[in-house]
Amino acid sequence: MTQHFLSVEGLKKAYPGTPTPVFENIHFAIEKGEFVCIIGHSGCGKTTILNVLAGLEEASGGVVIMDGREVSGPSLDRGVVFQSHALMPWMSVLANVAFAVKSKWPDMPKAQVEAHCTKYLEMVGLGQAIHKKPAELSGGMKQRVGIARAFAIEPKMLLLDEPFGALDALTRGTIQDELLKIVQATHQTVFMITHDVDEAILLADKVVLMSNGPLAKIAEIVEITMPRERTRADMHHDPQFYRIRNHLVDFLVNRSKGYAGSDAAVLHDAKHPPVVRPGLVEEEAPESATFRQPPQLKQVVNH
Amino acid sequence: MFKTQGFKAGLISLLLFLLFLGAWSLATFPKEQATLSGADAEYAALMGKGAEKSSGFPAPGKVGEAFVTYLSDPFYDNGPNDKGIGIQLAHSLARVALGFLLAVAVALPLGFAIGMSPLLLQAFNPFIQILKPISPLAWMPLALYSLKDSDVSGIFVIFICSLWPMLINTAFGVASVRKDWINVARTLEVSPLRKAFQVILPAAAPTILTGMRISMGIAWLVIVAAEMLVGGTGIGYFVWNEWNNLALPNVIFAVVMIGLVGMILDQIFGVLQKFVTYRE
Repeated sequence: MTQHFLSVEGLKKAYPGTPTPVFENIHFAIEKGEFVCIIGHSGCGKTTILNVLAGLEEASGGVVIMDGREVSGPSLDRGVVFQSHALMPWMSVLANVAFAVKSKWPDMPKAQVEAHCTKYLEMVGLGQAIHKKPAELSGGMKQRVGIARAFAIEPKMLLLDEPFGALDALTRGTIQDELLKIVQATHQTVFMITHDVDEAILLADKVVLMSNGPLAKIAEIVEITMPRERTRADMHHDPQFYRIRNHLVDFLVNRSKGYAGSDAAVLHDAKHPPVVRPGLVEEEAPESATFRQPPQLKQVVNH
Repeated sequence: MFKTQGFKAGLISLLLFLLFLGAWSLATFPKEQATLSGADAEYAALMGKGAEKSSGFPAPGKVGEAFVTYLSDPFYDNGPNDKGIGIQLAHSLARVALGFLLAVAVALPLGFAIGMSPLLLQAFNPFIQILKPISPLAWMPLALYSLKDSDVSGIFVIFICSLWPMLINTAFGVASVRKDWINVARTLEVSPLRKAFQVILPAAAPTILTGMRISMGIAWLVIVAAEMLVGGTGIGYFVWNEWNNLALPNVIFAVVMIGLVGMILDQIFGVLQKFVTYRE
């Protein structure tokens, strides 16, 4: 097996008192510089997986190995952007980011901390607001501070828990563009939870599809084969876009149920979930609604 | 400016106060008294000034006189039973301050520990629940017996009554710090001490300050009663002493002072509270 930057092996989470685990036998890998989105319905354990990667929660089984070391507990190597921005309301925007920077580099002189923080706040377009309190900012600006805080510690990997979930569509679009720009510039490795199919297609190199919980699995890994230089404005002109989009939506609406429990409807190898490139095949008949067959072989590249 | 609500409210307040004074004056207006006859007159002559004081509830004028006398020289000291109101209040405030600070010194660290650990919270809870409703004055005999000093006992009573609201609020405030903030600190590998002072303390500060404000209110209520019991000095003792002298104008004066000082103490904590409160 080749050495991946991050590999998740046999991850399982069961809560005490419930017989069936939320998910089990989760295997996937992330390469350096890759942007991976995970999509699935509520309750499939996406946030739990992210929290395990962050070290905030412990899995009931399995391991996560990042950069050759097992993940045990939170670390400054992994920056987290929380869904609810999680800024400390008694600190100014600058102080919030500085709190993170001082945690990573305790001996950095004050002026340098400030310069470092300002650099990242300017990167997310908040250069003007650094002395404001979070309460004076809009939801989108708060989330930008959260992103700046995560980037400012220059982590090896960034974990985003549905960072734009609470934002209105317009704001979400602008921040997606900003995130895309920053990630393309820094080649940051990112793992992100999202509910938004378009967002996943815009940002990701790979989309991990999770089936419904309990006993959620990784159903497929979809490679976004569109060229990396995408923009929100012209992404939908690419013929691949709708093929990928249809595939993802179809999964969420129809197929995500078919993997649950012992009566799994789809033949499935959890260790090697099928890697699919729906963008590359020509338009063909939509996947049949009968589940008792493996995913369409033409699209599967690793079988 | 004359149309603002504050101005109108002030006007009504003033009116209410004048109405109250008027009613008071009317109720205590000296009735056409028959000239004192026989034994009464003789008794009055014997008692001198004292007899005058015992004749019914004092009129506003009399109380006003007490205000002027006491406030014009608040710090005189003519021996143990005759001290200025400033000195008496200072004694009470010193006891409250000492007892309160001792309570802070215990309640903050203990409340922090209890708030951080659900195990400790559950372990301490029965004791807190039983000890909290005990009237602070019920501790007085035990305090006097074991501490053997009325002054220290007063401070102890203040300590014990200030302790519970602060302890409970600190524990509650610390326990209910938003999980997100704790998680931020965890992912940043913040040291426990830095987490306590830079995340948990500011997050819980408004709740803690509320506890302190309640404690201070209770402490000021209790000190008057405690000083009535132990005597010697303080505003409570002053009230009791003047009652024994049947000098009701002085009692009323002291009652008003207790109210004023209590209000000022509360306002101070109100300002502190505003200072640590954050908007989300």
